Amino acid sequence: MKTENSTDARRAWMGLLAQSNEAELARLWLAFGAKPAFDWLRVPEAGGVMVRGRMGGSGAAFNLGEMTVTRCALTLNDGTVGHAYVQGRSKPKAEIAAQIDALMQTEVAADLRAAVLAPLQAAKQATKEARAAKAAATKVEFFTMVRGED
Amino acid sequence: MYVAVKGGERAIDNAHAWLAEERRGDMAIAELSTGQIREQMSLAVNRVMAEGSLYDPDLAALAIKQSRGDLIEAIFLIRAYRTTLPRFGYSEAVETGAMACDRRISATFKDAPGGQVLGPTFDYTHRLLDFKLAADGEVPKAATAAPRMEPTPHITEFLRGEDLIEQEPVADVVPGDLTREPMRFPAGRALRLQSLTRGDEGFILGMAYSTQRGYGRNHAFVGELRIGKVPVEMEIPELGFAIEIGEVELTECETVNQFKGSKTVPPQFTRGYGLVFGQSERKSIAMALVDRALRWEELGEDNLGAAAQDEEFVLSHADNIQATGFLEHIKLPHYVDFQSELELVRKLRREAQELAEHLAAREAAE
Repeated sequence: MKTENSTDARRAWMGLLAQSNEAELARLWLAFGAKPAFDWLRVPEAGGVMVRGRMGGSGAAFNLGEMTVTRCALTLNDGTVGHAYVQGRSKPKAEIAAQIDALMQTEVAADLRAAVLAPLQAAKQATKEARAAKAAATKVEFFTMVRGED
Repeated sequence: MYVAVKGGERAIDNAHAWLAEERRGDMAIAELSTGQIREQMSLAVNRVMAEGSLYDPDLAALAIKQSRGDLIEAIFLIRAYRTTLPRFGYSEAVETGAMACDRRISATFKDAPGGQVLGPTFDYTHRLLDFKLAADGEVPKAATAAPRMEPTPHITEFLRGEDLIEQEPVADVVPGDLTREPMRFPAGRALRLQSLTRGDEGFILGMAYSTQRGYGRNHAFVGELRIGKVPVEMEIPELGFAIEIGEVELTECETVNQFKGSKTVPPQFTRGYGLVFGQSERKSIAMALVDRALRWEELGEDNLGAAAQDEEFVLSHADNIQATGFLEHIKLPHYVDFQSELELVRKLRREAQELAEHLAAREAAE
């Protein structure tokens, strides 16, 4: 059985799911096919996380303000546990994310990665690159005027 | 004296129904969606998130719609809502050095690595009304160039070597949280920064401007200003490791300020810091100036008696929800209080008059 359960891989997919566009995530999940049966360990719940910054960008921490986050946890019939902490207040988004987190620890991981995570990652990268490309176009190119005779 | 305290219910209900109708405005005009507010009034959304101290653009857009565009009322709604949210925890400190910058400028270092990136700025516009916006129109596509995908390091990183600028001490202390414990003075820099970042933009701007005009002048240059998104990470107890739980747009301003040095520190540049939710450039520059002014004591500077140097004054008056709550409460019924004031004034007048009459009578008798 090929599973992807190393911490780094899990961190990556959970982070991707947390930041995903809900409509896009729901569309890809719906298209993925059979959904697992599961029991709730913690039903979806919206809450706040206090975001911290650093003084001067690099010094000691301070509390900047909160952001909304929705979390839940569930268990598949085989005992695999899925967690979700996703940005915003959408309970359906958290539910899908937790199911994907659980299934990514099972033998469907590769299919799920191809069907859902890879397109989400590509969309995220494309959005980021599109903004960076617009930013790059506003970069000032200084030039020095040559004045007078040589 | 008995004062009627009942009887307003019907008037209040009718006032609120009329408010709803006024909020909707002319029914012949299409209704605003919260999505339209989020996308097209994004800087108002940013301000409500920053001062409401809750990053959620959809909620901020809803609050702006509900408040008819009164941003302080919208901030009030967000503050009230956030008190209902269970607190899941505290994030790791965000790494602004890894920000995907939409904008990054420096007023001090022309050739900063990563360059001067203007981003979607109002700067260099002519501030002339654009009547094309009053008609529906297509927006021309923004130009693109080869994207720079590597992180843009902070400009102060490049000054470390020469020791010309103070370094931020990295301390592993848990910062105070003014949403959990009431503020006490001296508050310290962590609480000051939390208070300033959620403080009223107008107030912080006024305080910052006062330092520029000479009330606690600190000769600030914008060393760096950057706007962009950073991921937010939080340690998840049930997992035992940290994951990214989302990303937030931030505006960060670092000022570079003149400093003559002290007995223990050679002359070097000092820093003020501003970090605000959303694209909030004016606020973050102002925050950095006020942060720097409030640091006079730790830097061994003189207390010039300037308002912006007075931590208790600045922090006690920066919060527009506290301020408007106390200000606006005086319009609510104070009939009993006023009745007693009225009685008091009548009594004082009566006494004054009696005294005057008594004195006049004695004078006449003498």
